[in-house]
Amino acid sequence: MTEIAKTSLRSEEKSLKVTRSRRNVAWSGIGALVLVGVLFAFPYYVKSGPLGIMVQGLIVLTLASMWNLLAGYAGLVSVGQQAFFGLGAYFVLIPALHGVTPWAGLFIAAIGAAVCAVPMWWLVARLRLGYFAIATWVLASVVMLLIEQISSIGGGSGMALPGLSGYDPAVLTAYTYWAALTVAVLAIGGVYLLLRSRVGLTLTAIRDDERAARSSGVRVGLARMGVFIAAAAGCGAAGGILAIEQLQVVPATSGGVFSVQWTAEMAFAVIIGGIGTIEGPIIGTIVYMVLQQTLQSYNAWYLIVLGIVAIAIALFARRGLWGTVDERFNIRLFPVGYHLWSPGEARRRRRAAARVSS
Amino acid sequence: MAWVNAIIQGVLTGGLYALFACGLSLLFGVMKVVNLAHGDLATVAGYIGVGIIAVTHVPVLWSIPIVVVLMAVLGYVLQRSLLEAAITRGELTTLIVTFGLSIIIENGLQQFFTANSRGLGVGDSFVTASFSIGSQITIAYLPLGIFILAVIVLLGLQMFMTRSKYGRLIRAVADDREAAQLSGADYRHVFGIAAAIAFGTVAIAGIADGMTTTLSPTIGTDTILLFAFASVVIGGLGSLWGTLLGGIILGVAQAIGAQISPNWEPLAGYAVFLLVLVVRPQGLTSRGAQS
Repeated sequence: MTEIAKTSLRSEEKSLKVTRSRRNVAWSGIGALVLVGVLFAFPYYVKSGPLGIMVQGLIVLTLASMWNLLAGYAGLVSVGQQAFFGLGAYFVLIPALHGVTPWAGLFIAAIGAAVCAVPMWWLVARLRLGYFAIATWVLASVVMLLIEQISSIGGGSGMALPGLSGYDPAVLTAYTYWAALTVAVLAIGGVYLLLRSRVGLTLTAIRDDERAARSSGVRVGLARMGVFIAAAAGCGAAGGILAIEQLQVVPATSGGVFSVQWTAEMAFAVIIGGIGTIEGPIIGTIVYMVLQQTLQSYNAWYLIVLGIVAIAIALFARRGLWGTVDERFNIRLFPVGYHLWSPGEARRRRRAAARVSS
Repeated sequence: MAWVNAIIQGVLTGGLYALFACGLSLLFGVMKVVNLAHGDLATVAGYIGVGIIAVTHVPVLWSIPIVVVLMAVLGYVLQRSLLEAAITRGELTTLIVTFGLSIIIENGLQQFFTANSRGLGVGDSFVTASFSIGSQITIAYLPLGIFILAVIVLLGLQMFMTRSKYGRLIRAVADDREAAQLSGADYRHVFGIAAAIAFGTVAIAGIADGMTTTLSPTIGTDTILLFAFASVVIGGLGSLWGTLLGGIILGVAQAIGAQISPNWEPLAGYAVFLLVLVVRPQGLTSRGAQS
């Protein structure tokens, strides 16, 4: 695509260039790698208490990235992602009951949730926006009710996760942290690469004008299905991490894997951070963690405050915190779009400024 | 005979589900808003009812008009402030705002009223009183009363929307906002009135649910919103009688499921919902495709 754009432009004006970013991406890329490296080294110098909190944050980060992909790029406002989150937890639990180590179960969780997403997509594919939102919510409820029928995996009251009792608690926390970090990095990296690929272009075309995209031969349904399945895989892996972190799987109630609060957390984090940007979910998750930690002694108040902030941002700063930063300073750490500009532009502007001042 | 009884009870429960659904259906029909906080607002109405009865000791039936008026005022205010601001910014914002409201209300109720369930004291005589047809079929007055109430509410709404001047105005604004605006109708005020009416029905639904079962902070989404949506989808959108039909089908399916095994009650209802979604996504009563 870059090549085609370049050649067609070259015929018009030689000085114009098409790039992913106005600034050099290498620096933010190196920065991200260093940050991930530092994060991977955390267990060597951080106690397991803060490490456990970090695991929760990484779970929400993974979920938020997936919800951002769904709602921000594919226009699929799902309120039923807790279905895949919960299924992921059970896809770790069920093999563990048969002797498979929960670490291997994480792969089963991602793949299993993705497989379950296929028939569910078929049910809701025709629905748009509000209808899609509640229909996914109903589906999550159906999945929970079905799982609760199976008494061999704990029925409605849940079950402890076997297979991890051999670890020293501190070592287990460190392993859980590494697994959660790996899942989160893969989720963000996956979203980044997906959006830079053809799929990203397709999604942009759909977002800008669905009818025009459809009539130009863009396979709208297929692109949306792909995103739905990919997001299910990510949420499933995150659910698997939760099962390992809590060493049990509880279906219903307020802390349960099928609670709609999970979708609330991921959606609010995305809205606050900035929907439709890869950086948004990261910023949103940080805000979420700060609020959750400061208000943790007041039960569910953090969720109420988070909801109020999300509503305020949805109404008054629609692009979220990162969107506001991007608007002012034109920074993209993860550029997925294209910029058209002439390389001499910055120099010319500087010269003009110098002329004015002299 | 047990099956006939189950079906009759299911039909009566269907009246309650139709009550759940008509506020959701009305808001969507007029403003194209899918209100994700619908169920939680009904729960709030139920809790307001509990509060009014606890403070003033009025009989339950007297609390209904008070709660309806309060909720209607809340509906108008909410529409003219938060919902209006959201609607002008697009469908995604509307969904986020109503979903945010839903989560705020649910957790707020949990903070102030704890997770314990509580009922609306209807008075034992009315709850348990029933009459029998034959030896197997017993019909309790409460569900029958709620069913009749649902039919009255739906009939009243239908008459209002088709016959009254204001109903026509609401439909005109729903059809073409700009044209109605040019003819001198203030669509913001009309939307506010429509929201007030929808919230009034939500209040009735909340109280009826509180009388039938018990209120707890999570019923708003677990049952009211999802059952309301299932009824709307089964019956077909835009038709109030379709909503009643959808509610009845959902109620009967649940009753039949419960007859097989108590665990299957909600699942049987959702099975019918999913079947309709696959086979006839526009619902049983509407003719055109719903996009």
